[in-house]
Amino acid sequence: MKWIRITETGNIPLREGRKVAVGQHEIAIFNLGDRFLAIQNQCPHGQGPLADGIISGNSVVCPLHGWKTCLESGQVQRPKDRTECVRSYPVRVEDGVVLVQIENGTGTTGEQPAERMCTA
Amino acid sequence: MEKLVVIGNGMAGVACVEQILKHASKFDITIFGDETHVNYNRILLSSVLAGEKEMDEITINGLEWYQGNNISLRLGVRITGIDAAAKTITGDDGSITPYDKLLIATGSAPFIPPVPGVNKEGVFCFRNLDETKALLERARPGTKAVVIGGGLLGLEAARGLQVQGADVTVVHLMDRLMERQLDPVGGLYLKRMIEDLNVKVLLNKSTAEVLGNWHVEGLRFKDGETIEADLLVIAAGIRPSVELGRTAGLTINRGIVVNDYMETSDPDIFAVGECVEHNGVVYGLVAPLYEQGKVLAATITGNRGPVYAGSISAAKLKIMGVDVYSAGFFDDTVAGVECIRYEDPSMGIYKKLVLKDGCLAGVILVGDVSDSQRYTEWLKSGADLSKDRKNLLFPGSSPDKGFDIAAMPDTETICGCNGVTKGDIVSAVHTKGIQTLAQLKECTRASTGCGSCTGLCQNLLKAVVPEFEEEQKKVLCGCVPFSQENLREMVRSQQLKSVQEILDIYGNGAGCEVCKPALSYMVDMAWCGDHEEDRSARFINDRVHANIQRDGTFSVIPRMRGGVTTPAELRRIADVAEKYNVPMVKVTGSQRIDLLGVKKEDLPKIWAELGMPSGQAYTKGVRMVKTCVGTTFCRFGTQDSISTGIELERRLENLFTPHKTKMGVVGCPRNCAESTVKDIGLVGQEGSWQVVVGGAAGKSVRKADLLITVEQTEDALRSAELFFQYYREHANYLERTYDFVERLGMEKIRKDTVYAPPPVQEGLLSRLAKAKALSKDAWSERDAPSNPTQFVQIQPLETVTL
Repeated sequence: MKWIRITETGNIPLREGRKVAVGQHEIAIFNLGDRFLAIQNQCPHGQGPLADGIISGNSVVCPLHGWKTCLESGQVQRPKDRTECVRSYPVRVEDGVVLVQIENGTGTTGEQPAERMCTA
Repeated sequence: MEKLVVIGNGMAGVACVEQILKHASKFDITIFGDETHVNYNRILLSSVLAGEKEMDEITINGLEWYQGNNISLRLGVRITGIDAAAKTITGDDGSITPYDKLLIATGSAPFIPPVPGVNKEGVFCFRNLDETKALLERARPGTKAVVIGGGLLGLEAARGLQVQGADVTVVHLMDRLMERQLDPVGGLYLKRMIEDLNVKVLLNKSTAEVLGNWHVEGLRFKDGETIEADLLVIAAGIRPSVELGRTAGLTINRGIVVNDYMETSDPDIFAVGECVEHNGVVYGLVAPLYEQGKVLAATITGNRGPVYAGSISAAKLKIMGVDVYSAGFFDDTVAGVECIRYEDPSMGIYKKLVLKDGCLAGVILVGDVSDSQRYTEWLKSGADLSKDRKNLLFPGSSPDKGFDIAAMPDTETICGCNGVTKGDIVSAVHTKGIQTLAQLKECTRASTGCGSCTGLCQNLLKAVVPEFEEEQKKVLCGCVPFSQENLREMVRSQQLKSVQEILDIYGNGAGCEVCKPALSYMVDMAWCGDHEEDRSARFINDRVHANIQRDGTFSVIPRMRGGVTTPAELRRIADVAEKYNVPMVKVTGSQRIDLLGVKKEDLPKIWAELGMPSGQAYTKGVRMVKTCVGTTFCRFGTQDSISTGIELERRLENLFTPHKTKMGVVGCPRNCAESTVKDIGLVGQEGSWQVVVGGAAGKSVRKADLLITVEQTEDALRSAELFFQYYREHANYLERTYDFVERLGMEKIRKDTVYAPPPVQEGLLSRLAKAKALSKDAWSERDAPSNPTQFVQIQPLETVTL
C-alpha cells in the first residue's frame, strides 16, 4: 500500500473530476467540497471517461451513455440491475495536496476485467 | 318516420341537427348544402387564410358523422323554392323533396355594394371555403389587395392576406373601424394596431367604381381619389338569406320571423341562425346559433317548453395580437349611464365599461381581452355591481380562477366556436370520465376552434377533476420536483444565482445530469451575466467546448458562417489536421468541417492555430446558418441568401438556447439549404422573405410554420431575432423549437413576438442584445482557461513505479 501525492487541491475544481495516470492506473479524482474521492476512470459500460462526468451527490454519471457509478464503492448504480463495479481508491488531503493510496501488488490492474463483481 | 329536411349545411343548421339527435330522434333527416363541403367551422376561415389552420382542420362533422347518424347529405344543391301547401322543396337540380318538418338554416349572404364593376375578375367575398381557397391562391407577396369593409370579417380578411405577404389596404365607409362594436376611442386604438400589422387603413371612403377592364385594377372613391388593386375583397356586411322563406309565404321582416320557440308562421317550418329575426333582432355571430338550436331542437322533437330569450351580442376579433372584444351597449352619451375607462396608449390597451342602474350594460376591450368572460357573465346575469365598484376594471386580489369558474353558471358558454357550455363540460366529466384536455377536446370539441378558451377549459378541469393537476405537473426531475416553468419563476423571484443554491433550497442538494444543465441554463437566462457560472453543473462538452466522442476524444468544428470559407482557412484547417494527427476530417451536414478524434489537451492549441471561432457544435446553442448561393451566383436566386445568412449567424452566434438551434437561409423557394426543416429559416422570394420556425429533419421531420412574411431583409432578421429570444425565454430546457411551437401554438407565438405591441418586441430585442453583448467566443478560453486544469492533464507530483 502506498500513498501517492497527486496534485494540489485547487487543481480539481469543486464538484468536478480530473483524471490522472499513475503507473498502469488511470484514476478519476473528484472534489465533493467536503472530501475528495477517487475511482478507476473507465466506465464499465463503454470505457467512458468518468472524470468528465457530472457529479450527482456521491455518484458520477458517465458522459457517454449515462451509467451512474458510486464514487465511494465503485459500484454501478444505474442501470439498476447491473452488478459491475470499478476500482475505488482511498484518498486523503495533506497540506493542500491530494494523495491517493494504491496497492503495490496490483500494478497490473490494466488487465483487470471491467465486469468484475463488486465486493464493496 | 317523419321526414325532417334541413336547408343549409352550415354551422347553425348542423349544430341544430346535433341537438335534435340528442333528443330521441324520430326523424328521417336530409340535409341540403349548396357548397360542396361537409360541415365546417365558418368562423375559422380567417385562420385558414392566415395560415394558422389547414382547410381540413376546420371540418366540424366529417362524412362519417352523417353516415353514422343516418343523415342523407345532398351537397352542391341549391334549394330554389318551398311549396308550403304541398310540403315539398325544389332544388336547382330539378329535384323535388317532400318534408314533414322543414328547417331553414340558410344563413346570410354578403352584401355587395351597388357600384359599377363589382363583378370583375379578382373580386371576392370572404364567406366560404372556396373563396378562401381562391384568395390563398391569389394572395402573393407584393399583391396589392384592397378590402372593402372595416368590420370583423374585413379586418380578419385583411390580416390573412397580409400574412400571405400581400400589400393590404382596408377601405371603410365609416369614421372608425368596427363602428358597430367600438366607440371612437376604441376604434382609434384598433386602427393603430391594424396599422402596426402593416395594413393600411382608409376611413370615410366611399367606393364609386371598381376600375379595370375585365380584371380589377383599382378603385375610385367618391372623393375622386383612386387606389390600385390586384385583388378586391368585399366584406361590407351580410344580409339574412330570406328568399326561400318568402316562397313559403312566411312572415319576414329583416329576417324570417320566429317566436320564442323558434317557430315560424308556418307550423311545419322552423328556422335557425343568421337568417332569422327574433324580437326584432337578427344575429350575425356564432353564440346565438347554438342557443337558438337548442330551443329549436326541443320544440321540433315535441318537447316544446324551453324558450329563446335573445342573446347578448358579443363580438371578438380573431386576429392574433389584436385583441378586441365588445358586448352589449356602449353609447355613454345617453342619459342615465355611467362610464368607466382605462387607457394605456403605449401598451395599446383600452377598456370601457358602461353601467346602467348599477349593472353592466356594455363593455369594450381593446388590447387585452383576458377579462371578457367575466364581463359577458355580468352582462348575462345582470348582476348588481354597485358594491364592487373598485374592482370592476381590475379584479380584486382575492378571487382565484377556480373560484371564478365555480361561480360561473352552467349555461355559460365556454367555447364560442363550438357552442360548448360549462354545463356540457361538467356533465361530460361526470358521465364520460374525462380527465385531460385532450379527452375533453375529443369528447366535446371544446377548445378545438380558435383555442382562446383553452385556459378556461383547463381551469374548469382543474376545478372539477381532482386528478387533473397531478397529471399536468411535469417536473424537471426527482432532484428538484418542480416544473420548469415554476423553476424559472423561482429563480427570478427568489434571486437564485447558482445551480447549487437551487438544489440546496428546493431540491435534494445533489442534483444530477438531467437537472444540473437545465438549471444552469435557467440561471444564465434569468441573470444574464449577473452571476457566477458553475461549470461543474455543465455537461463535459460545455466545460471544454468540444463534443465528446465514444472513445473519450473530442471533435472540433470551427464556425464557418453561412457555410462560406476561404482558401486561407482551408489551408489552416489542413495544417492543423496534419500537425495533430487528426484521425478524420469530415464535411458535416451543416456546411462546416469537423476534425474528429482530438485529444482534450490539444484543444486549445488547435483552436489557436485554426484562428477561427467556436462553431458551438457541441452545445445547446446556435449551431449554424446554412445558406444557398442566392443572388450572389445562382441564376434562380431572388434574394441575397449568403450575406443575409452570414448576418443572421453573426447576430446570434455564441448564444445559448434551450436545445440546439439550426438555421437556414435560402434565396428562392427551391429551398436548396433546406430552410423549411430548420428551427429558424428564411425563405427568399421575389420581393419578400418568409420567416419560418419549428422545422426539423432529425428524429422528427417537421415542416416549419410560417411566422411572418416581410419585404425587407432587416425585418426578416428582426423577426427571426424576436422568435429566437422568445424561444430562449419560454421553452423548456431540451425542448426543440418543433416541440415548442406545437406546445404553444403558432397563434400565441406570433402574438407574443412579431405581432406583439412594440414595447414587448423592444423588450425581447433588448434582452437579446444584452445577452449578445455579454457573450463571447467560447474558444477564447484557450488563452484564459476557467481553471488551471480545464484542458491540461494532471501529472502526479511524484513519479512512482508500482
